[in-house]
Amino acid sequence: MHTINFLKPNKDNIKNYSIIGSFLVLISLIDVISNAFLKINLTSFLPGSLTTLFPLIIGLIGLNMMRIDYSGNKTLDLLNKNINTNNFNAVLTLLILFSIIKALPPSLSWMILDANISGDSKDACTGTGACWTYIKVWFRRFMYGMYPNEFHWRINTAFILVIALGFVGYFMKENLKKYLALYYVIIYPVIAYLVIYYLISGGSFGLQWVETGAWGGLSLTFIVSFFCLIFCFPLGMIFALGRRSNLPVIKYISICYIEFWRGVPLITVLFMSSVMFPMFLPEDFFMDKLVRVIIAITLFEAAYCAEVIRGGLQSLPRGQYDAAKSLGMGYWKMHIFVILPQALKLVIPGIANTFLALVKDTPLIFVVGLAELAGMLALAKTNPKWLGFAMEGYIFASIIFWIICYAMSKYSYNLEAKYKTER
Amino acid sequence: MSDPIIKIQNMNKWFGDFQVLKNINLEVEANKKIVVCGPSGSGKSTLIRCINRLEEHQEGDIIVDGSELSEKTKDIEKIRAEVGMVFQQFNLFPHLSILDNCTLAPIWVKKMPKKEAQELALDQLKKVQIDDQANKFPGQLSGGQQQRCAIARALCMQPKIMLFDEPTSALDPEMIKEVLDAMVSLAKGGMTMIVVTHEMGFAKEVADEVIFMDEGMIIEKADTKEFFANPKSDRTKLFLSQIL
Repeated sequence: MHTINFLKPNKDNIKNYSIIGSFLVLISLIDVISNAFLKINLTSFLPGSLTTLFPLIIGLIGLNMMRIDYSGNKTLDLLNKNINTNNFNAVLTLLILFSIIKALPPSLSWMILDANISGDSKDACTGTGACWTYIKVWFRRFMYGMYPNEFHWRINTAFILVIALGFVGYFMKENLKKYLALYYVIIYPVIAYLVIYYLISGGSFGLQWVETGAWGGLSLTFIVSFFCLIFCFPLGMIFALGRRSNLPVIKYISICYIEFWRGVPLITVLFMSSVMFPMFLPEDFFMDKLVRVIIAITLFEAAYCAEVIRGGLQSLPRGQYDAAKSLGMGYWKMHIFVILPQALKLVIPGIANTFLALVKDTPLIFVVGLAELAGMLALAKTNPKWLGFAMEGYIFASIIFWIICYAMSKYSYNLEAKYKTER
Repeated sequence: MSDPIIKIQNMNKWFGDFQVLKNINLEVEANKKIVVCGPSGSGKSTLIRCINRLEEHQEGDIIVDGSELSEKTKDIEKIRAEVGMVFQQFNLFPHLSILDNCTLAPIWVKKMPKKEAQELALDQLKKVQIDDQANKFPGQLSGGQQQRCAIARALCMQPKIMLFDEPTSALDPEMIKEVLDAMVSLAKGGMTMIVVTHEMGFAKEVADEVIFMDEGMIIEKADTKEFFANPKSDRTKLFLSQIL
């Protein structure tokens, strides 16, 4: 029994054991680090495969010596509870640590140490690392697409205006608060549309007309996502309520709508909107491609929103409906004041999910010839002068999308916390 | 004898194939207090839920305050506004503060000015002794406090009739008293009340009449004293012997 207990600490000797244990873990880490960064193999004296396994074995013994149910030392207890509960978890912990350390030097040297950012042509990229010059030169294209350079201020102004209008709700007076929903659902989108139409499209007030085909880059991502988000939510709400309606006509229309849009892939919807849809329109009627695409995505995502919201409606106990009815509230009052506020609060995570998916689906509009951020990237990488830098472009786009999506998900957490009244 | 405020004639109700209420006849005069008791599953709750049409009946007539309840009733909301209801599970709106719970319906259904509604609500909350909790949320209150708030909320609509659906069944024993106290003082104020409950002490204290139901039928309907002193049917006797 003595040999089995050899590496098991108890309450009395935990101090010595944890010092020796952490020393062993330290040795294993030093070995891996020196191997990865300095390319020195400290354990070359060991035979064959033992060299590679050495840090793992030493680290495991170290962690094993530190493992105890309760030591009184906060850091040690935290460590034992979270990453060192048993040998398997200890091995996983070590392996993850080692892989991070191993992956660090090559990625660092590719992204920063050996990378180029100076100059303004492909020739400037001489190093073996990334060519950030490419991103730098194409930056304006990635942001604004083919929009003429001298008019970029129009896009910026329009965005600042739209964002500023979005914050109006925060400064509204108390007695106007009840019109808030009306403002955000109807007035705000209309104003935003007008701002974007007159500023970015131009054509009047002495601004030169820029057709939507020239729009692109991140600004187009924002425009498409913005309109789809604010329209698909109220539409989804209507269909969610419709699907639960007692009136058969409304109910079956809603079911058909939801099942139809959930059943078709977004990419075919986009093709239809740009190729098929104009055929059904009267000859002299013209609808811009961008508008058609926004409508298509909105209708598509509304079906998803509807199902998410319906989930929230269904999770409310029947007593809430009973109580609202017994107080004399009709269908609309009951839903506006009692049911929807609670249901929408419950579906914040689901709605955030749908919205994130929507933002990340916008690159699909490339198939109808609209080049937002990822689309511009696809154009740029096939430019003969800049062949071979797809990697940099995609990393750049991933970072931008990640920032947008992370901001959105953070915001949704904030909303959840803000409206949490239970418990 | 004045016209009854609630009149139920030959009422039958089915849930699918199962008949929950069989040939119910009941008349309640204004200002009377009726206690409905009986074993669970006997249709007591369904009966009083029919009175404000939270459940629909299939046969017979229900006339509440002069209006008949049927599919054709257009202004069912108006009738419901006159019939307050308190539920077993309180059913407060968890996203609204206690005060807002009480003012919501008066403001939006009765179109009462906000200030007036708040004064009324605070007044009602004071009567059930939770006016100091007005700005808390339902989740922060004890069961007894929540149920008293639910009573206040119903009273804020200034109803003519109050229905209680097992108001104390979901409460801890020590909280039952505070809710019953609120109900007793409401009864002494002259409200028309129909109470489904197992609290026989409450029935003895305030009820004018007691109704005993079993298997969807009204087995016995008698004055309170008469009901407890010499119940007529054997089923009632058995029930009373088990519950008292």
